[in-house]
Amino acid sequence: MAGRRIVDDVSFPVEEGEVLALVGPSGAGKSSLLRLLDRLDEPTSGTVFLSGVDYRTIPPRDLRRSVGMVMQAAALFPGTVADNVRFGPHQHGRDLPDAQVYELLKQVGLAGFASRPADRLSGGEAQRVNVARALANEPQVLLLDEPTSALDEGSKLGVEELIAAIARDRSLTCVIVTHDMAQAARIATRALVMEAGRMRRIGPVREVLHAEARLP
Amino acid sequence: MLRHVFPDPLALGLAQAALVSLAALAVALLARRRRIHVVQSVAVALARGLVQICAIGSVLLAMLHGPRWLAGIALVGMVGAAAITAARRARAVPGALRIAALAILSGAGSVLVLTVLAGAVDPTVTSLVPVGSMLIASAMNAVGLALERFRSDVVAHASHVESALALGASPEAAAEPYVRAAFQASLLPAIDNLRSLGIVWIPGLMTGMVLTGTPPVQAAVYQFVVIAMIFSSSALTCLVATSLVRAGAFSPAEQLLLRGDAHP
Repeated sequence: MAGRRIVDDVSFPVEEGEVLALVGPSGAGKSSLLRLLDRLDEPTSGTVFLSGVDYRTIPPRDLRRSVGMVMQAAALFPGTVADNVRFGPHQHGRDLPDAQVYELLKQVGLAGFASRPADRLSGGEAQRVNVARALANEPQVLLLDEPTSALDEGSKLGVEELIAAIARDRSLTCVIVTHDMAQAARIATRALVMEAGRMRRIGPVREVLHAEARLP
Repeated sequence: MLRHVFPDPLALGLAQAALVSLAALAVALLARRRRIHVVQSVAVALARGLVQICAIGSVLLAMLHGPRWLAGIALVGMVGAAAITAARRARAVPGALRIAALAILSGAGSVLVLTVLAGAVDPTVTSLVPVGSMLIASAMNAVGLALERFRSDVVAHASHVESALALGASPEAAAEPYVRAAFQASLLPAIDNLRSLGIVWIPGLMTGMVLTGTPPVQAAVYQFVVIAMIFSSSALTCLVATSLVRAGAFSPAEQLLLRGDAHP
């Protein structure tokens, strides 16, 4: 829209199977950049290429099935945990079999939660369901927007480990927004530092964080 | 009794109007003690209402012997005024005026045409204008409620709507719970009217017909027809309005536009 540029002059590649952390102070445009990657907002100029294809030529629903997103707040739908996991595949007429729902929930550490009401979960459990429901679409890329920042200390590490394990085991390409440098170091292979809507630095996570630490 | 003080019917009527207005203002004053400040808007609304209804009474009288197209003009004017009123209630909804006007025109309009075709309403100025105005008024109330409810629900649940989109849902599917809630909420008053018909509520039309000598059962059936028409008009209007507002809530690239947060 008219006015301030929230993200400007940012260009970077994401390699297949890598975990890229978007770091920087709050208000730097990390989440806005992530939303652009899923085309939840429209870039005023520029575009994103997914496996070499300009994403504006991909029908939005197909794009968002290929590029999953886990938002900061779990925002689960009313119904059971299984209903939530089935939601994505159901949107294109696929009914996920019970066995697959079970398998996904097991992966996020919630085996046996299928028939629980989604509104009676703890914050950490809800975020795990959020991850499972994004994985149910079998995305090529998973975007995560501060997935642990709304959680208490106890469940934070668990969810973080889960994300790291999923990225590793599935060799899933991930872009994760975090304001926590230590978390970025634990999960990511590369890091991109944002500042005031622009890209300040990108590179292997240790190098970037090392350089950032030396800044005044 | 007022009747003894004001023997002239017009003076009596005005005195009665003054009395009920004072009662309404007294309630508004009472509400002030609970810090609900409506005195000014109630006063203005009362004065406006009185002037408007007197004006339309005179217009109706003038139209009585006029050509039928006059009724058409009067009804279109009413749709415009109703759309403005409804849009004001839902002023945070983008395109509210256009949506309300289209919805009321199609909802109330098609029901009016249908009832004329069915012979339930005479195609005369004196029937079309009052019956049409009832349909338009109920459609106006319903559409204002529906639009505002949809907007506030979607803004409050923006993260749910966007989660659904991010999971590959169509805008229709992502907004479906809020379309449904808005539709139901806006129709509740009309449903309650239907439900309480004859028990809590004996509408004026029927009373008037019985007083002027129509057999009660015939008057009752006619009244039912009118209430059912009002219900259909509201329902159809809401259906059109919620479809239009939902369409306007998303961009062509299926992005949620109706958001109250920091991602403009």
